[in-house]
Amino acid sequence: MNAPWLGLGTLSVDQGLTLALLIGVGFGWFLERGGLGNARKLAGQFYLTDLTVLKVMFSAIITAMLGLFWLSKLGYVDLTLIYLPPTFLAPQLVGGLVFGFGFVMGGLCPGTSCVAAASGRIDGMMLLVGMLFGVFIFNEIYPLFTEFYASTPLGQVTLAEQFDLSHGLLVFAIVAMGLGAFVMAEYLENRNRN
Amino acid sequence: MNFTPASQAPASPAPASATNARNYVNPYLAGVGIGLMLLAAFVLVGRGLGASGAFSSVVATTVSATAPGHAAANPAYAGYLGDGTVHPLRDWLVFEIIGVTIGGLLSAWLAGRLRLSIERGSQITDRARLLYAFGGGTLMGIGAKLARGCTSGQALTGGAMLSVGSWLFVAAAFAAGYAAAPLFKRSWK
Repeated sequence: MNAPWLGLGTLSVDQGLTLALLIGVGFGWFLERGGLGNARKLAGQFYLTDLTVLKVMFSAIITAMLGLFWLSKLGYVDLTLIYLPPTFLAPQLVGGLVFGFGFVMGGLCPGTSCVAAASGRIDGMMLLVGMLFGVFIFNEIYPLFTEFYASTPLGQVTLAEQFDLSHGLLVFAIVAMGLGAFVMAEYLENRNRN
Repeated sequence: MNFTPASQAPASPAPASATNARNYVNPYLAGVGIGLMLLAAFVLVGRGLGASGAFSSVVATTVSATAPGHAAANPAYAGYLGDGTVHPLRDWLVFEIIGVTIGGLLSAWLAGRLRLSIERGSQITDRARLLYAFGGGTLMGIGAKLARGCTSGQALTGGAMLSVGSWLFVAAAFAAGYAAAPLFKRSWK
């Protein structure tokens, strides 16, 4: 068991930040290559004319999930040392709804807006400024709803633990769901093109 | 065998922008590439990718520089300012998002897609499109703060980690996106 490296104190903070930069370059590169710096292409997801968002996101999730699963099965990675985002049901449900409305309104998400802005798209730059403004607004009014923000906590919990499934079965189910979604996406794109 | 010499091959009638759009790589390939970056982050550093967290660090740093007392008194800022021993911008997500911007720039430049433009449909003005971009960004800023992450930190990272809240966030975000889509149809047509 020798990963994650930084978690076990193998990497210095500076090495970690250098890695962050390099991994970010790769992330941004693949986002742009896949067309995700293009707001109209992203928005196509919500009109079922271009399902690039679903295809890119789901294949990324499946790749990382399967990689982690097998690396942990083979004893190379200690899953308990990898940060699992904690669950707060109500704020994450409401936050997701607000976020989704903003997503189709703006046509880009926070990460892809950086790629859009970097490739010269002024709408991407405006969305970036809007994001900063939104974070500022949230922070300013945060003291009014600290209770809601911390409500309905489930802790750091995975779907497997929550629904009492085996890790392997859940991974298999998500891969199957992804493959089904890909077939559906290809069908919808063919039907809705033009 | 009917062979057409290259010099006589019909020229592509498509305008430059359409040609570039067709040059996007296969989305599954792009997805696997992103998945490998995410896996590298998990294995090398023990944490995933993100975006909105970097925006939080930038906002907290800016507010703290202009009104230090105000920022220190509000936990929404203080959480991103640390204990003062490390500069708040010396942060994993800040460096990662700088990398994302560099990577996007490199890819767009090498593909010949680098130019000032506004991405919109033909039924909306530039001004309206930019207002919608600002408004959408503002809502996403608020939503991502409330949900403790965005499409990168929750959907991709939390999704691959199988976090309950992350999958709830994805379901809610796409449900709202589809529900609101008719309102913004003219932005894209």
